[in-house]
Amino acid sequence: MQNHILSDLYRIVKEKPDKTAYSDGENSLTFREVYQQSHSIGSYLYKQGIYKKPIVIFMKKSPQEIAAFFGTVAGGCFYVPVDEEMPCERIQRILDNVRTPLIICDEATAEKAAVFQVGNCIIKQYNELIQTERNEEALKDIYDRAIDTDPVYIVFTSGSTGIPKGVVACHRSVRDYIEQLSEILEFDENTVFGNQAPLYFDACLKEIYPTLKFGATTYLIPKQCFSIPVSLVEYLNTYKINTICWVVSALTMVSAFGTFEIVKPQFLRTIAFGSEVFPIKQFQLWKEAVPDAIFTNLYGPTECTGMCCYYRVDREFDEEVIPIGRPFPNREIILLSEDGGETLPGQQGEICVRGTALTLGYYNDRERTDLAFVQNPLQSAYPELIYRTGDIGRYNQRGELCFVSRRDYQIKHMGHRIELGEIEVNVNAVPGIKISACVYD
Amino acid sequence: MEELLNILRELHPEVDFETEEHLIDGMILDSFDIVSLIASIHEEFGVTINAGKILPQNFNSAKALYALIQEIEEED
Repeated sequence: MQNHILSDLYRIVKEKPDKTAYSDGENSLTFREVYQQSHSIGSYLYKQGIYKKPIVIFMKKSPQEIAAFFGTVAGGCFYVPVDEEMPCERIQRILDNVRTPLIICDEATAEKAAVFQVGNCIIKQYNELIQTERNEEALKDIYDRAIDTDPVYIVFTSGSTGIPKGVVACHRSVRDYIEQLSEILEFDENTVFGNQAPLYFDACLKEIYPTLKFGATTYLIPKQCFSIPVSLVEYLNTYKINTICWVVSALTMVSAFGTFEIVKPQFLRTIAFGSEVFPIKQFQLWKEAVPDAIFTNLYGPTECTGMCCYYRVDREFDEEVIPIGRPFPNREIILLSEDGGETLPGQQGEICVRGTALTLGYYNDRERTDLAFVQNPLQSAYPELIYRTGDIGRYNQRGELCFVSRRDYQIKHMGHRIELGEIEVNVNAVPGIKISACVYD
Repeated sequence: MEELLNILRELHPEVDFETEEHLIDGMILDSFDIVSLIASIHEEFGVTINAGKILPQNFNSAKALYALIQEIEEED
């Protein structure tokens, strides 16, 4: 079957078994190891009779965590990454929502994993699961029976009621996204990714799946490097990283403190950024430091699998904001006015997305799914969903889409999407607090 | 020193900055904390900390950070 996210792994493991697929610098996995370890995990799921279920992955960010994702999918299930960085209450809410039969943890997280209220769920360590004998016949059968609208993962995003929303994506939308993104950013087998995004966000799709598609390599840059700008650039140079897709705040952390006067990235050729507006002064510092690189602004909501608009920077900017440009192929952007029709040229409206990129909705949450994933108001002849982002945009005179503001109280902090309402709900739960209001400065 | 401790406590009230020596190695301060910290130090002490000085050994403890501030003040 063509449209399965693991079909690239099965092809590339034959072509480049010994190439490093994922590494954090010290600890690496080759494509063969990724294949073997993920198939052991898939075989464990089969042996336990766990099928078509969400599997929570609670591991330290590592190459092994990625293999655990693939193992889950190889076993016909879908992965739900949670992380030590998340507050325990948030993890518990996620566990309450997905009701997983299995949590895969590692040595670093095992103690914490044991604290959660999880009913009959099994908690197992990765190192134990990869000892499982591979049952290739069973996994082949699971693969053949999969269809491309089956879920691949659930990632949780902030919800204004205080309950996080689990966005469920399927094979079809992930495949489509990776296909278009790879063409736009011109990934190939020589691409060396320097990953910044946590693995519990859709943002990491940009590296982990193209790595399979091209037999490229992804370095998971240790989080600590992002606090020490000089070491971060040295890390990029040490591993000859040529492609980064980072949140703007990670880029400005480097440029704002004069890092480039000490050390410059030597191998970067593709710099994609997004999730926030890039302050022009910082952007200029990057352009001066890496003049030959191609800079691309990316925009897109988790609910549409990843990024869905792009703008390749092709002119000078001084005061004007960098546009989010135009949609990736195979998606359409509709700007809706407040009365529910399409906006007139030049007017601003809510950015809505149409196409295969749409995820399946929010897990176990029909109500909030129906509010955001709605019938296309521009036609009523057949069922067709669009996703309402809540972002306000408008086209500039060059016909490029620009982000204007939010329709509600959602903010971006260090690239993280946060509903101020979620903070208020949690603050209100603190004894002694009667009512609170959250503002973002 | 007291001003610096107040800045740090505002970022992480739960940390004992008088004794903690692994603010970076122990991942207590993240990149956003560092940015906020450098901005507050600039405001309070009029001192600019550049990338060359943003090193684990200068940020691992309040004491080391205070020594850094004094060092930059003297250079100016």
